[in-house]
Amino acid sequence: MNVKIVILALLPVAASAQGFAGLGGDAEGFGLPAPNPTFSFPADHGPHNDYRIEWWYLTANLSGPDGTNYGLQWTLFRSALAPETGVGWTAPQLWMGHAVVTTPTDHYVAERIGRGGIGQAGATAAPFSAWIDDWQLAGDWDTLTMTANGSDFAYDMDLTAQGPLVFHGDAGYSVKSAEGQASYYYSQPFFDIAGTLTLPEGEVSVTGQAWLDREWSSQPLGADQTGWDWFSLSFDDGAKMMGFLLRQADGTAFSSATWIAADGTTTAYPDGAFQAEPLEMSATSGATVPTTWRVMLPYQDVDVTVTALNKDAWMATSVPYWEGPVTILGSHTGRGYLEMTGYE
Amino acid sequence: MTRTALSALLSHWWRNPLQLFTLLAGLALATALWSGVQAVNAEARASYDSAATTLGEASFDQLVSGNDQPIPQATYIALRRAGWLVSPVIEGQIKGVRLIGVEPLTAPGGLGPVGLRGGADIGAFLSGNGQLFGTAAAIEALNDHNIAGIITPDVAPNVAYTDIGVAQRLLNRSGEIDLLIVAPIQPLIQTPLSEIAPTLIRRAAQAGSDVGKLTDSFHLNLTAFGLLSFAVGIFIVNGAIGLAFEQRRPVMRTLRALGVPLGRLITLIAIELMLMALVAGIIGVALGYVIAGLLLPGVAATLNGLYGAEVSGTLQLRPSWWLSGLMIALGGTGLAAAGALWQLARMPLLATAQPRAMAMAAGRRARVQGALAGLLLLLACILAATANGLIAGFTMLAAMLIGTALGLPIILSGVLAFGARRAKGVLAQWFWADTRQQLPGLSLALMALLLAMAANVGVSTMVSSFRLTFVGFLDQRLSSELYITATDTDEAAQIIARITSEVDAVLPIQSAEQSIAGLQTEIFGTRDHSTFRDNWVLLSSGEAPWDRVAAGQAILINEQLFRRGNLKVGDLIDLSAVTLTIAGVYGDYGNPIGQAVIGEDLFKTLYPEIIAQGFGLRIPDGDIGRIRTILRDEVGIPDANMINQEGIKAFSLDVFDRTFVVTTALNVLTLAVAGFAILMSLLTLATMRVPQLAPAWAVGVTRAQLGWLEVLRAILLAVLTAVIALPLGLGLAWALLAVVNVAAFGWQLPMYLFPWDYAQLFLFAILAAVVAALLPARRLAKTPPADLLKVFSHER
Repeated sequence: MNVKIVILALLPVAASAQGFAGLGGDAEGFGLPAPNPTFSFPADHGPHNDYRIEWWYLTANLSGPDGTNYGLQWTLFRSALAPETGVGWTAPQLWMGHAVVTTPTDHYVAERIGRGGIGQAGATAAPFSAWIDDWQLAGDWDTLTMTANGSDFAYDMDLTAQGPLVFHGDAGYSVKSAEGQASYYYSQPFFDIAGTLTLPEGEVSVTGQAWLDREWSSQPLGADQTGWDWFSLSFDDGAKMMGFLLRQADGTAFSSATWIAADGTTTAYPDGAFQAEPLEMSATSGATVPTTWRVMLPYQDVDVTVTALNKDAWMATSVPYWEGPVTILGSHTGRGYLEMTGYE
Repeated sequence: MTRTALSALLSHWWRNPLQLFTLLAGLALATALWSGVQAVNAEARASYDSAATTLGEASFDQLVSGNDQPIPQATYIALRRAGWLVSPVIEGQIKGVRLIGVEPLTAPGGLGPVGLRGGADIGAFLSGNGQLFGTAAAIEALNDHNIAGIITPDVAPNVAYTDIGVAQRLLNRSGEIDLLIVAPIQPLIQTPLSEIAPTLIRRAAQAGSDVGKLTDSFHLNLTAFGLLSFAVGIFIVNGAIGLAFEQRRPVMRTLRALGVPLGRLITLIAIELMLMALVAGIIGVALGYVIAGLLLPGVAATLNGLYGAEVSGTLQLRPSWWLSGLMIALGGTGLAAAGALWQLARMPLLATAQPRAMAMAAGRRARVQGALAGLLLLLACILAATANGLIAGFTMLAAMLIGTALGLPIILSGVLAFGARRAKGVLAQWFWADTRQQLPGLSLALMALLLAMAANVGVSTMVSSFRLTFVGFLDQRLSSELYITATDTDEAAQIIARITSEVDAVLPIQSAEQSIAGLQTEIFGTRDHSTFRDNWVLLSSGEAPWDRVAAGQAILINEQLFRRGNLKVGDLIDLSAVTLTIAGVYGDYGNPIGQAVIGEDLFKTLYPEIIAQGFGLRIPDGDIGRIRTILRDEVGIPDANMINQEGIKAFSLDVFDRTFVVTTALNVLTLAVAGFAILMSLLTLATMRVPQLAPAWAVGVTRAQLGWLEVLRAILLAVLTAVIALPLGLGLAWALLAVVNVAAFGWQLPMYLFPWDYAQLFLFAILAAVVAALLPARRLAKTPPADLLKVFSHER
């Protein structure tokens, strides 16, 4: 999963009262995820306008010709003011895009916000395309092309899937709190990615691994959940792991994890199996956040140290958060992505 | 002791109610004029400020349509999808309210209604029927559309903001956009504008909007007038306080002799004056409110008509405004009283209590005043040679006016001394000498008259010169007999096809916007025709300008572009891919922005997408009616789209005249205040002059004769003052035309003289003096002989 930020940034709701970015807000009139979902593709790659929030969330760990590591993010959020599709300016669907390139020293961020219903931003299932302005992620999910463009960076990428779709939680029904808040959540973590980064110092050809998350819900957080720490880790032996902690106001956390074997078979772990504790805090250009973690999943003998490639991967966007590439050392080695929200 | 001393001091005012009235009225009038003007300024400024902070689109680059058609919404989407960070805006009028539709998600920071930026509920703004942000009146006007109104007082009057979708629906303009705001920071990769939307024109952000500059100069004019009125008022107050001091010298001597300490006496007088200033200030602020209320609709209409700036027609009582009114009354009184208090502090304890009102212009003081006058006039001369810019211009004006005013008593004294030497006969000699002796008491009132007259001459010369130039400009510019506007290019083609054979010439009016020398410029493509060659007056030009323009080698620019862009004839200008020589500069008094003229062929090459839809028709005399009928009946042009030359001229002059209505009103007020000053001075002096007149009466001059001489004296002084005021006023006009106008509007105007106007003003000034002198003279003529006799029995 990644219970991510949403366009709800636009809605003036107090984070403390309704969870981070309003994700614990009321879902009246919107669809609610139910257990034992049946997914239908390609339709489910497209938008689910009767749910309040939804995202297409891609992160990638890249390497340049000189061995430099890069992180890349391409995200499109959908947020509905009402559970309708609508056309024209009255369509209640709002969209927000985040595009990022992280280098060991720099963190380039761009944000776009736009309206659905007029063609500026949206998503279609067949042929699959998700776009906002000139940013686009399109293809048939075996192969995808991806572009984004900011004031000081741009990228143009090709992706090729090397494994199956992966469903988190109970076959794609991902529980987010003890009270039962949940979302639909699946991923394609097996993309090979290659393309060109345009950075202030010039163009760089890069290759690497990408992880694409799809998630939608209407009230994915409990009202007392203040933020989360989300990890997507790709180990050098081909296995992958997704795990998150949802921090609660009383200081406890709700955790969840999915173990993804190299062949794509998954094992879901309930609250408590996945553990993560901060080892080092860093002051960033935004909040002070943990940038080194000890991450454990004892059932799979995972006990690793996860360290940020660039500690200042702060996202000074409409809703601020931290998101950046990490390196993994310990019982397993590899690379991955870390997202942390709700830090002040 | 304090109470007794205070009542002794105050008793003076009970015995001289007229003086009290002079003091209070002068101060109140001065405060009223000042605060009235300030109120109008503040109101207008507040209106622009809210307009600027609510939308502020002028601070961003804009994409506008190059062909007078709305921008299709599809073009907006195409631009966004090509990497252009632009945000759409649509505008229209509904029931007199300017409805502006914005797109809050793409609008760059700093754009859009204030209330929206403050964290309003975007969800509600974008959902359902949407929301309207505006003043209560604007929301009220649109209330039958069932849209939730959010009353936002700091939105400009008669403006309402809403979501672009709501605005399109209300304006019935679905899918249309008027302009696109270009965000200041754009992404790295963009498809060129010419590939996506070739008909759009990028208009550069204006550092400070033209409207701002123009209205600033308008307000500066008003403020200068307010200050002038205040200066006139302070002269009155100064005179009244000075006289009161002189007359109360015996009282003060007695109080001091009775043991009232000097410090306490000064404190008491200061308190007395401050109380009066407070009373006068309150009256003045109240009067100022009335004046502002009367002026504001005119100012609002002017600013709206001339510059398109919306100003609320209703006045708000702002605390800062009435406080500043009171402060200026107090400060003015303090300024006027400082000299008198200083004298009092240095007065020997038992100094003679002889009233010395007439001796105020003692030698040393006159010398200081003369030196100051000389210095100020020198400064004015230096600035006249070097000044450019508004501040320097107005400083020069102030130095010139105050310098001459200070020098006035010295000049008058010299003239009167000259007159006395030339006078034949006892009565004449006495008349000259007596007039000269009265001068110090009258000099402040005469200074006020001088300033008022000079301002009148200066401003009316400026306005009339402007008007004359403007009329001439309209004649050369509006040389076609009939102007028609087609609604689309098809209609334009029909007009050309149908009418070309019927008229002498069909002259297309076509323009494109482009930046020249960093200034927003409207470029006209002009047909090579004698209409232009014969009528347009070029301020400066190279060889055969029109031939070279027609050949596509040269460009003509207007004076605004010439001055602001620091360009000159012979310079080269890059226009798109073509380099053109500036062949001439023409006067352009119709708008504040840059304008340029190129040949029609070149225009068509550079801007092929622009097709003329406006035409000027050259029609033989008496044929206009027939042509109008053909156009209306055969081509289907509505009458509203055909305007006779006279119609445009009348409209333009109407706008022009309205601009200066306020100026005229203030002119009249200032002159009235000066007349009042003379009246008050003469009335005050009259009561003190009995001892000087008694001997004249005793030797056989009748009281009636004395009265007439009094009137004659007023006329003499008024004439002398007016004679000095005329050149001063002309200097003022020159400064306004050659320095202030260039800085404010970007054009220099030729100065014309209007002797008949000056003669009229002359007569008015004399009339004012006569009216002011009549009452005191009549009083003098009616002075009971017993009072005159008393002078001898009470000889001190």
